Amino acid sequence: MAALTLDARNRRTMGWAFLGALAMLALGFASVPLYRLFCQVTGFGGTTQVATMSEAQLAEQQAASAGGRTFSIRFDANTARDMPWEFAPVQRTDTVAVGQRDMATYIARNDSSVPITGTATFNVEPEAAGIHFKKIQCFCFTEQVLQPGQEVRMPVLYFVDPAILDDPDLDGVEQITLSYTFHRKPGDTVAADAAAAGKGEQPS
Amino acid sequence: MATTADGFTAHHDADHAHAHHDADHKPGFFARWFMSTNHKDIGTLYLIFAIIAGIIGGAVSGLMRWELAEPGIQVLGQIIQFMGGDGTTIEQQGHMWNVLITAHGLIMVFFMVMPAMIGGFGNWFVPLMIGAPDMAFPRMNNISFWLTVAGFVSLMASAFVPGGPAGNGAGTGWTVYAPLSTKGSVGPAVDFAIFSLHLAGAGSILGATNFITTIFNMRAPGMTLHKMPLFVWSVLVTAFLLLLALPVLAAAITMLLTDRNFGTTFFNADGGGDPVLYQHLFWFFGHPEVYIMILPGFGMISQIVATFSRKPVFGYLGMAYAMVAIGVVGFVVWAHHMYTVGLSVNTKMYFTAATMVIAVPTGVKIFSWIATMWGGSIEFKSPMVWALGMIFLFTVGGVTGVVLANGGIDDNMHDTYYVVAHFHYVLSMGAVFSLFAGWYYWFPKMFGRWHSEFLAHVHFWLFFIGVNVIFFPMHFLGLQGMARRYPDYTPAFEQWNHIASWGYVIMAVSMLVFFVNTFYALFAGKKAPGNYWGEGATTLEWSLSSPPPFHQFETLPVIEEHHSHYDHIGEKPAKA
Repeated sequence: MAALTLDARNRRTMGWAFLGALAMLALGFASVPLYRLFCQVTGFGGTTQVATMSEAQLAEQQAASAGGRTFSIRFDANTARDMPWEFAPVQRTDTVAVGQRDMATYIARNDSSVPITGTATFNVEPEAAGIHFKKIQCFCFTEQVLQPGQEVRMPVLYFVDPAILDDPDLDGVEQITLSYTFHRKPGDTVAADAAAAGKGEQPS
Repeated sequence: MATTADGFTAHHDADHAHAHHDADHKPGFFARWFMSTNHKDIGTLYLIFAIIAGIIGGAVSGLMRWELAEPGIQVLGQIIQFMGGDGTTIEQQGHMWNVLITAHGLIMVFFMVMPAMIGGFGNWFVPLMIGAPDMAFPRMNNISFWLTVAGFVSLMASAFVPGGPAGNGAGTGWTVYAPLSTKGSVGPAVDFAIFSLHLAGAGSILGATNFITTIFNMRAPGMTLHKMPLFVWSVLVTAFLLLLALPVLAAAITMLLTDRNFGTTFFNADGGGDPVLYQHLFWFFGHPEVYIMILPGFGMISQIVATFSRKPVFGYLGMAYAMVAIGVVGFVVWAHHMYTVGLSVNTKMYFTAATMVIAVPTGVKIFSWIATMWGGSIEFKSPMVWALGMIFLFTVGGVTGVVLANGGIDDNMHDTYYVVAHFHYVLSMGAVFSLFAGWYYWFPKMFGRWHSEFLAHVHFWLFFIGVNVIFFPMHFLGLQGMARRYPDYTPAFEQWNHIASWGYVIMAVSMLVFFVNTFYALFAGKKAPGNYWGEGATTLEWSLSSPPPFHQFETLPVIEEHHSHYDHIGEKPAKA
């Protein structure tokens, strides 16, 4: 070090400092995918989980031995401000046993005069239940296209994981609210044209 | 030290005789002040800039207190009309309110406290205290300053362009939360405000780099890190916080900008984004930011308390590493600003505990200041009374901070005036009292002339009473449930609001005293000697004349074995 002039040492320190700042800048942008991953993995913020049919069957067997605690599931439906759809659950509440597969159905109708592509965001309350709320099939997994005036039934196939019984954060919780908000896909007209007629019924 | 205090004074006195001596050769007016590369001139520019921004930000808060003096909306419509708008609908008036609170917050944080603490006193005294001739990168220093000015101009410009359907100006709050700042604010005003943060942030990052380089590489021979004055330590820690926190803000607001203008959906639920992520990013910056605003103040208070107690600061290493600890822990407590977004109980528990841990190093500092005074030969000169005011009021704000740190209590207190009271006690009292303490401590050093100690004391007492009358009642209002960020309130809250607004008047009068005192000092003040505080002032800036020569330490001072962390000037004591 002693061989370096002050000027060279200063430049070296500045380089390290800028490198640190750049790394933090990169981390700031990287936080977007990292945060999404974090929510998906941990159920943070009430992020629900995706399960396969075989996992569902396994859960059902576990639940059978764990005793039959039930949860009241509340279904909530919203649309974004610029979304001209009518969107509501067929049934407001349902009671399901832990581990039992259940199908809930929502109805959506396009009240506008143009085809519209929508995507649904979702979460559950209490948020700690997100990790235990498993969806096997959901209309929220894909984009939905509705023609003018078209009305479709949108199913969700889900179960409450028996692991919820061992989660101290959820002691005393009897009701879980599953909430959806339909958003108009930003810049959706092209997609709507391509999807044109007859694709109203649900993909899953 | 090789050259004694007297030696430097004599050296400078000689300069007067030979006007063109190297050390005092100054460039012409334009080159000196607009293309400045001298750390002392840039420090002065920062201080002038901070005072101007402070006047504007303070005037904005005056408008807010005027509006809040009684229930109902009386003033906002007139402000809109004054600015050339219509101002008759409640939407316009509400937007104007949002614009005012946004402007007050952004101006005070980015263009008053930060430029004054770091740009002003940091630039002036870090090189002087470590015995360096200047900053490591003098021209980058200049860029930092003018970027900050450009940022301020951009923020001011935002007030004159549309910020949404309800009028001009950015009405997002200083936090610029999405979706209010994206979908909720159509028009270029918020773009201008975001750009302003980009510019000020870039300036601060460059400044931080400069400070880190200067402090690491340019200390006088013999001045180890553990002999460095605590003010320099505080600026070093602050520079690291800036370097690590500001880029995260830059990333977050850049994504806001693309969400607003280029159809991305980082924070927009329509496209799968999450507005809460913005809050996480903002507060990952925002919490270190509050320590950025107070740490240099801690440093100044340490110098001042030691000087006027004529004792070395108690627990020097503890004081230095307490600041390091505050800086480190400050990066892992951010979510205590967002307890109500729906965090799980365990997450809240972690953030509550981590936040409270900060009370430990902070307590170390408070108690060490008190222990420094203990048994000292205390002189109640103006910097000392401001420092004592700071210690007292910052502690009050710290206590309410520990209350608010509790996730459970915050569920109730979130976004009430209790929070407003808390952060004004730590900032507009903690930080601002430090600034005034530093101002009176160093004013004669910087400008060579004495302020009036009498007026400085008058300023202190009026300001002390004024700010307490403004902010103490806000604790009551908050506990009674008055929400922040609204221009109107139920008549039940009228009494304390009315009193708080009168407090503003007292504070404003005290600022008048401050300006009178400053002009008195500049134009009629007595000439100040090199070390006007005497025995207790033992850091290197006191070995120079007041003001110091334009270029100082061309022969580097040497910190010798017998110099402690406290005394960098004194002669080696004679053997007994």
